[in-house]
Amino acid sequence: MTMLRRDFLKRTAAVPLASGAGALWAASAATPRLLVVFLRGAYDAASVLVPVGSDDYYEARPRIAIARPGSGAEAALALPDQSDWGLAPAWAESMLPLYERGQLAAIPFAGTHDLSRSHFETQDHIELGQSDDPAAGRDFRSGFLNRLAEVLGARDAIALTSDLPLVLRGAVKVPNLALGSVGRGGVDARQTALIREMYAGTRLAGPVNDGFDVRQAAQRELMGGMEAASRNAITARGFEGEARRIGRLMRERYRLGFVDVGGWDTHVGQGAGTGALATRVGELGNGLAALAQELGEAAWRDTVVVVLSEFGRTFRENGNRGTDHGHGSTWWVLGGSVRGGRVVGEQVAVRQATLFQNRDWPVLNEYRGVFSGLFQGMYGLSAAQLGRVFEGAVPLGLGLV
Amino acid sequence: MPRRRAFLTTVLLAGCASSGRKTAAVRPPHRALDAADLALLDRLTWGASAASVDDWARRGRRDAVQALLHPPQDSALPAPVQAAIDALSITQMPLPALVADLEQRRRSDDRQDYQQRLATVARESASRSLLLALHAPHGLREQMAWFWFNHFNVGQTKANLRMLVGDHERALRPHALGRFGDLLIASATHAAMLRYLDNEQNAVGRLNENHARELLELHTLGVDGGYSQRDVQELARVLTGLGVNLGDTTPKVAPKLQPLYRREGLTEFHPGRHDLGDKTVLGQLVKGGRGWDEILEQLGALARHPATARHVCRKLAVFLVADEPPPALVERLSQRFLATDGDIALTLETLIAAPECTASLGRKFKDPVHYVLSALRLVADPAAPMVDMAPVMSALNRLGEPLYGRATPDGYPLDEGAWNGSGQMAARFEVARTLSRLPGAPGRVAVAPDETLMRPLSERTRSVLAKATTPQDRHALLLSCPEFMLR
Repeated sequence: MTMLRRDFLKRTAAVPLASGAGALWAASAATPRLLVVFLRGAYDAASVLVPVGSDDYYEARPRIAIARPGSGAEAALALPDQSDWGLAPAWAESMLPLYERGQLAAIPFAGTHDLSRSHFETQDHIELGQSDDPAAGRDFRSGFLNRLAEVLGARDAIALTSDLPLVLRGAVKVPNLALGSVGRGGVDARQTALIREMYAGTRLAGPVNDGFDVRQAAQRELMGGMEAASRNAITARGFEGEARRIGRLMRERYRLGFVDVGGWDTHVGQGAGTGALATRVGELGNGLAALAQELGEAAWRDTVVVVLSEFGRTFRENGNRGTDHGHGSTWWVLGGSVRGGRVVGEQVAVRQATLFQNRDWPVLNEYRGVFSGLFQGMYGLSAAQLGRVFEGAVPLGLGLV
Repeated sequence: MPRRRAFLTTVLLAGCASSGRKTAAVRPPHRALDAADLALLDRLTWGASAASVDDWARRGRRDAVQALLHPPQDSALPAPVQAAIDALSITQMPLPALVADLEQRRRSDDRQDYQQRLATVARESASRSLLLALHAPHGLREQMAWFWFNHFNVGQTKANLRMLVGDHERALRPHALGRFGDLLIASATHAAMLRYLDNEQNAVGRLNENHARELLELHTLGVDGGYSQRDVQELARVLTGLGVNLGDTTPKVAPKLQPLYRREGLTEFHPGRHDLGDKTVLGQLVKGGRGWDEILEQLGALARHPATARHVCRKLAVFLVADEPPPALVERLSQRFLATDGDIALTLETLIAAPECTASLGRKFKDPVHYVLSALRLVADPAAPMVDMAPVMSALNRLGEPLYGRATPDGYPLDEGAWNGSGQMAARFEVARTLSRLPGAPGRVAVAPDETLMRPLSERTRSVLAKATTPQDRHALLLSCPEFMLR
């Protein structure tokens, strides 16, 4: 049994098992935290987990490849015990330390079997987590994190986005909160009560009540953070600032969270060790490291963060020093008890000959299997419970938690 | 008696206004419409306003619908609105001059000056669009102009697109109720789109698929429209050489290719960058070497494709009928669309006459743009129109649907699920409070919404409204009530 499960099973041992696991976790404050970070726009995975062992990579990307470790400040970072892979130099201060502490794992060749190469289609596909068979149709009212919340009986899920994403739509009412807007207000207690009264019994009563509740609570918790002057980082800008707020809210209140980060669709001039993409990657890494810091050591120990994107990009650079829509991506799993410091999952040598459709990285680690394996490890879900989250998926035993 | 108070204020003001406006101002209050007509008018425009109800009542339903479907290309705006638009620098400077000025600022050392000017141009574009949405007499065209801009979305955050998004919208507006094929050409060859989807980088031997893919997936056939990765690449080859030229220089072109060179405004077709070979798109041979004509031919074929009809008609029905429009309705719309060579007004005529549309009235959840604009149209007064659009932009920002603000080419979602989350609702009530506190036109003391323009309110809503402490409080609660979230 892994650290994470052992830790939190110990803490929940006193809770009587009522009507299945759902009731158990609902009653417990010790359910592991899960944050899913969706990089919308298909980030170029090869520029972050760099296939430094592949000559073909350097040949296919003469102008945008990231140099092998040891060849200067803009070169890839060497990973311990790894000759095939290196890390983006923009992660030197943020994610490399986490990897070295064994708290960050990479899953290359991850993604879906969706072949539309459409951002929107594939994002929907992943968020819904339903059948690959087009004939089965799709239910746009049922996202997989919502089904997870349902199975867990969780009432502490939140979308940290300005509107509720597909992944959290469904039977469980999940609030959403744009972190940039907390603190503004103006609707006083009397008006709040009157508005609640107008909506009582209507189909919008749920979101209306949740909206008032969540906003009031978030204001209290985040204001507390701002007063602690020594941790003024709450005011940091960009994704790092957002990630710190998320860390704070998840430490205090939420156990299941989702946030998305855009700006990854690099068809033109993406740069290499430095440049437009490297800047974005750096911001992401700084944000995730800040999140871990803000959660604090204890909370970080029972937190799992999954960073994913809808698909990868073409193996070869295009005519504009950029990359086009591809297939396999690299996903990241991090957390205080994650068994990281490894590149995990099924892999294949990165060569022209192993490309999918002579164009893209293949998908060898299907997303439902990846998530199912994680959920099994984190929450001890039964096969039947997993089946309710991802119908028919086979958990991949990556041993991450 | 809020409506009466607003009316009296207007009459008092009209005494010192110009004579042209005086006539409008002393017109008696609008005649009431029956609930079904009011609901249809509310659905077909950005929301019922006193002026639009008045106009509808005067014409009668049949003529009113025809007038909405076939508006004159130039329709008079209230004088203060026209004056506000005329005062904008984007109105006063033709686009090439505006771009030349910006390019000059870009090359200077003063980055801040350049950025500020870009921001001003984008803000003015949004202002113009919102002024038309609130005050133009032909509300369906305005609503469709937004729909098409969203269908052919260009996000303003990339590069210097802030200077081009307004012109893209301007190029689409005349076709908003015209032919889909004309819209497609206007959009696919506009400099804003060519820059946004990287087609200016797309050249022979250096293919960039971005524009070709979104053309097929989002603008025409739809993701299930039956095209392959190979079709994307072949269409990208057709589009090679189609780019942007912001300056007044002409590139060097080999003499034998010179006849293929083409320049239209900021859009340039450079035959030296074009793939002159034959292509095969959707199983059809595209004879190469014809350049610009190949592009127009392919856009025409895509516009007339049955998959495009289905994709576009379904989207129209999602916008104007229901999140899950009945397939039979979509089928009838597609038939009309195909039979009329993509005539949008005639397709909408079928939609408006459909019992499925009638049955859906008052049931569609408002996205933020509908919410904010309908709230302001409740108080819009042609004699003293609101012309400062800054608070409108701020409200749309707050609710997550600013003009030109969608960064991805799919445009804003049109379904309820995308907008009815708890965060949205909480923000909406805050926006309601802000909108209820907007000052009226200069000199006006208070603006109260005309409640006869609203759908019937429930017993519960009315009992809560009775607890309002001030007219402003009542105004905020009216904009917050469950009935006002629907159109």
